[in-house]
Amino acid sequence: MPDRRTTRGVAIVGTGQTRYQHRYPNMPYRDLVFAAVNRALEDACMAIDRVDAVVYPMAPDALIGVSHAERWAADAVGALGKPFMRVNTGGVTGLSAVQAGYDLVASGLYDVVMVAGADRVGESGEAQEIMNCIWDPFFERSLPLTTITMLAMQAVRFNLKYGADERDMAIVSARSHRNGVLNEYAHIQQAVTVEEVLASASIAVPIKLLDCCPQSSGGAALILCAQELAERFTDRPAWVRGVGHSSETYWIGDRVGPKAESDYAESPALERAANAAYAMAGLTPADMDVAELYAPFSNIEMHAVQDVGLCARGNYMKLSREGAFDRDGRIPINPSGGVLCANPISVTAMVRVIEAALQVRGRAGKHQIPNVHNAIATGCGGDHQYFGAVVVSEHPAQESR
Amino acid sequence: MQTDSKSDNLVFEEKWNLMYRHSAGPIVSHFFRTLKEEAKLVGRFCPKCERVLMPPRSFCDRDFVETERWNDVGPGGTLETFTTVYRGFQGLPDPPYCFGYVLLDGASTAILNYIRGVDLTPGSDGLKALKIGARMRVVYAPKRESKMSDFWFEPA
Repeated sequence: MPDRRTTRGVAIVGTGQTRYQHRYPNMPYRDLVFAAVNRALEDACMAIDRVDAVVYPMAPDALIGVSHAERWAADAVGALGKPFMRVNTGGVTGLSAVQAGYDLVASGLYDVVMVAGADRVGESGEAQEIMNCIWDPFFERSLPLTTITMLAMQAVRFNLKYGADERDMAIVSARSHRNGVLNEYAHIQQAVTVEEVLASASIAVPIKLLDCCPQSSGGAALILCAQELAERFTDRPAWVRGVGHSSETYWIGDRVGPKAESDYAESPALERAANAAYAMAGLTPADMDVAELYAPFSNIEMHAVQDVGLCARGNYMKLSREGAFDRDGRIPINPSGGVLCANPISVTAMVRVIEAALQVRGRAGKHQIPNVHNAIATGCGGDHQYFGAVVVSEHPAQESR
Repeated sequence: MQTDSKSDNLVFEEKWNLMYRHSAGPIVSHFFRTLKEEAKLVGRFCPKCERVLMPPRSFCDRDFVETERWNDVGPGGTLETFTTVYRGFQGLPDPPYCFGYVLLDGASTAILNYIRGVDLTPGSDGLKALKIGARMRVVYAPKRESKMSDFWFEPA
């Protein structure tokens, strides 16, 4: 591991999002990217010429139906004449792209890096078919594995291990939807009650329709800047204080039974990713004021909160029922409404970082939580396999130059 | 040319239709040949962690060494997790169906397949008995084709 104290501080000086929605008849893919990039530039009072390099988050390109669509979008993200790279780690893609951009700035290679992309999940008539094709062709493809059935089997193990049930999952969904109403960019801006979630159709036991994220389209952008230049672009940046990633084995069946190193009920790799980010930041879970945790289904938030150390293992359900994770609770989780209210896959995990940065900068509008000093954002990708975490703060690290 | 239902914009319809021939390699081929010819499941042994890996693989990701020999596993096993699906997914079988991971006797890791022989009506006695830890058994198809559909699980 490099000695992070010798690298320089990195600030988020601008962010931009479009409203997430099912389809965008008036804005083709490239236009969504262009809109998000321009909003981030405007937020940072910056011209595109000031950007030194571009990192492009893009998950399965089959979702938008243009193979290697980063080529098509490079002009829309201002890559002309600049270094350009695509990052893909499935669901965690957007957060991995932020880490790649962070490394480019922290290392001293570039001063200003644009991380921007978009997705159009609602435009494919057959998005499900793409997710049917992500499995091992010999042992798994002929079985009905999907991202939903895979994570339903996670929920079954979590619920048994910790005594949770479908009502606990419904509480997550109701809270997220309540929060989403306040977020002008959220795809779903409609509150639902716990009873409505419980009464919604069963998809894959124990996951119900209202426990699921929507298929969203939209663009997002974030500008990373070296510490010594940050004040030129904003008087209130969010400092990227810690980044971390870790992975589980591909094989879900290896994460069960007495010989398993981890239990599929939870994600030790997420715990490792978060702990790496906290350690690098010199902060602890108790220092976090807000968390934006990647949870495309209700059950994922339940293990994620425990795995990133925001409550003791087994305490999630009690705290959740008591409102500890509500907007006015001890540690608000997903005040943006989270992934349950918008999932533009390629940028979803970056939106978690954007939302954490907005909270730290006091710019989250109607869903702003008061007095946010530090926040954590996470992402999950692969077959619940790759995990990443980013810690942002209102202050730069003391030991940074 | 179509137009969008909510705007005047033109819509260009495109299709991807791709075919692949995945070469299975010797380890996977042996597993499926044994399944077809002997109605038997076999896993690969890792000499370092001494796990019997299912599905079988040429190397152990935990120890980063090649696996060494074949071990017979099953036909009994323990249910580790499962789900029952009541809503149709595009490109997947008609619901309802149930499938899950079973840790076969003699194996160290669980393998996925359909669970049959259970009444999938919500609230049925069969579903109530289907729990993590439940004992299962492998059932082999009478006519086998070297595919995962050559076997499935039923409550023991």
